[in-house]
Amino acid sequence: MDINQIQSKLNSLKGWQAKYREIMLLGKQLPALPEPLKTPDAQVKGCESNVWLHLDLDESQQRLVIIADSDTRIVKGLLAIILACYNNALPQDAQSIDAYQLFEEMGLIKHLSPSRGNGVKAIVEQIKRQVEVLQ
Amino acid sequence: MIEQLRKDFPLLQNLVDEQPLCYFDSAATTQKPQVVIDAVNQFYHQENANVHRGAHTLSAQATTKYEAVRDKLAKYLNVQRNEVVWTKGATDSLNLLAYGLTNILGQDDVIVLSPLEHHANIVPWQQAAEKTGAKIALLPISKEGVLDQSAAIELIRDTKPKIISLCHASNALGNIHDVKQLIEASKPYGTITVVDGAQSFMHLRPDLKALDCDFFVFSAHKALGPTGVGGLYGRYDLLNNLPVYQTGGEMIDTVSFAGTTFRNAPEKFEPGTPNICGVIGFGAALDYLTSLNKNELLAYEQSLHQYLLTRLRQIDGIKIWGDNKNNIGVVSFTYKNEHHFDIATLLNSYGIAVRSGHHCTQPLMAHLNITGTVRVSLAFYNNQQDIDSFIAALMETIEMLEE
Ligand SMILES: Cc1ncc(COP(=O)(O)O)c(C=O)c1O
Repeated sequence: MDINQIQSKLNSLKGWQAKYREIMLLGKQLPALPEPLKTPDAQVKGCESNVWLHLDLDESQQRLVIIADSDTRIVKGLLAIILACYNNALPQDAQSIDAYQLFEEMGLIKHLSPSRGNGVKAIVEQIKRQVEVLQ
Repeated sequence: MIEQLRKDFPLLQNLVDEQPLCYFDSAATTQKPQVVIDAVNQFYHQENANVHRGAHTLSAQATTKYEAVRDKLAKYLNVQRNEVVWTKGATDSLNLLAYGLTNILGQDDVIVLSPLEHHANIVPWQQAAEKTGAKIALLPISKEGVLDQSAAIELIRDTKPKIISLCHASNALGNIHDVKQLIEASKPYGTITVVDGAQSFMHLRPDLKALDCDFFVFSAHKALGPTGVGGLYGRYDLLNNLPVYQTGGEMIDTVSFAGTTFRNAPEKFEPGTPNICGVIGFGAALDYLTSLNKNELLAYEQSLHQYLLTRLRQIDGIKIWGDNKNNIGVVSFTYKNEHHFDIATLLNSYGIAVRSGHHCTQPLMAHLNITGTVRVSLAFYNNQQDIDSFIAALMETIEMLEE
């Protein structure tokens, strides 16, 4: 699913249980990060649970490839949504994508605890920082 | 009786996300009865003035009311009024103590703590140890997180500690400790004994003369009172001998640029304008609490705790940590390899408020070899229906996680 499909799917679901179910499903479809890639360098600071993230450009098209994982199902689902926003984007376009804003629009920030909201922010900021380094 | 009491807590009647609230986070902070809310409200509406200062009527009334709460607190704890100091809370009290007792520590002296302590009862002592070269020794606990009492007594005999600081009840697991026996065991060594009563203050209403500890700390907000206020009890001679912690107005005797003399305890530890409204609100909380029969409330909380344990044990894969017999009414659990955060977040979507994480006890979690638990903490305003709703929501949560 691309980010628009995810967004309309989540918006169509009534009730938080259904939304969480969908979020966890998205997380399940995200491949697990191999253990050796779960390094301290890859860890996103400012998240209450563990989040690991690697970012690179694909050789041929120079588009973003982000792989990430978390030890909680819900955060992993949130990661899947964030990744859907950025993966395959051109680095110069990535700076203008605001995944946090998108989460707010979907009403997800309000429902997540403030520390989780900050976690989403931390992940988005880390992606943007790394994109900047690449450019 | 309980259904009547529940009506005293307006927040419990509210809907959260359009669902009735099941509040299971009283170990973090309790809800407040209407009388406390009214006392705070009335203070700012009709009584507000600074204490110990003005010559005017309002100030005199505020001072009388404020000081009367010190009497109530002293009575509650069965100690003298000049032995209780108002602080910002348990954390503040522990910092005051660790700072004040740094003087008595030297190289290789021993401070005894337990692995069950809240960070607030670890870090200030660690700082004191770093400054003085003192060492921290830990009382032994089991794999489940239960203090081994006889090994603890042995450790006290072996280390002859200068200071012991222990929680009366654990916030992460709810275990009640037999601190009286440990205090007794330390007597031959002149050990200074500190009891962290943050979790026991409301549930157990400890009699400090009977406990025979040297110091005791607590927070009002965990006992129906407002946030930002709490206390420190100290045996008078020991308390009065502690060096001043913070300085300023109120706590001084005379000030000149040649030098300053301080007042005696408790005033010497109460610089600046205190949390007057907080203290007065807490006075209302103490009145409310003491109007209820201690043994009846405790028996009720214990029966709820038993009911919760029984229901949880019926669920395959639930692991319950800590001492389930001597407990203030906290159940800390994990479910298979599921993350505590996922469980707590899904429970929240059913209106069930629990806490998940390490509960400010990272060393304990490391000992138990887990990253955290889901903690359900009870108070007398919970009922069986809350627990039934929780169990139903937990069953659905598990189903969702395992889909
Ligand atoms: C056992 C224990 N000690 C100390 C504290 C610190 O209390 P406060 O944050 O109110 O200062 C707490 C609070 O969670 C606690 O449970």
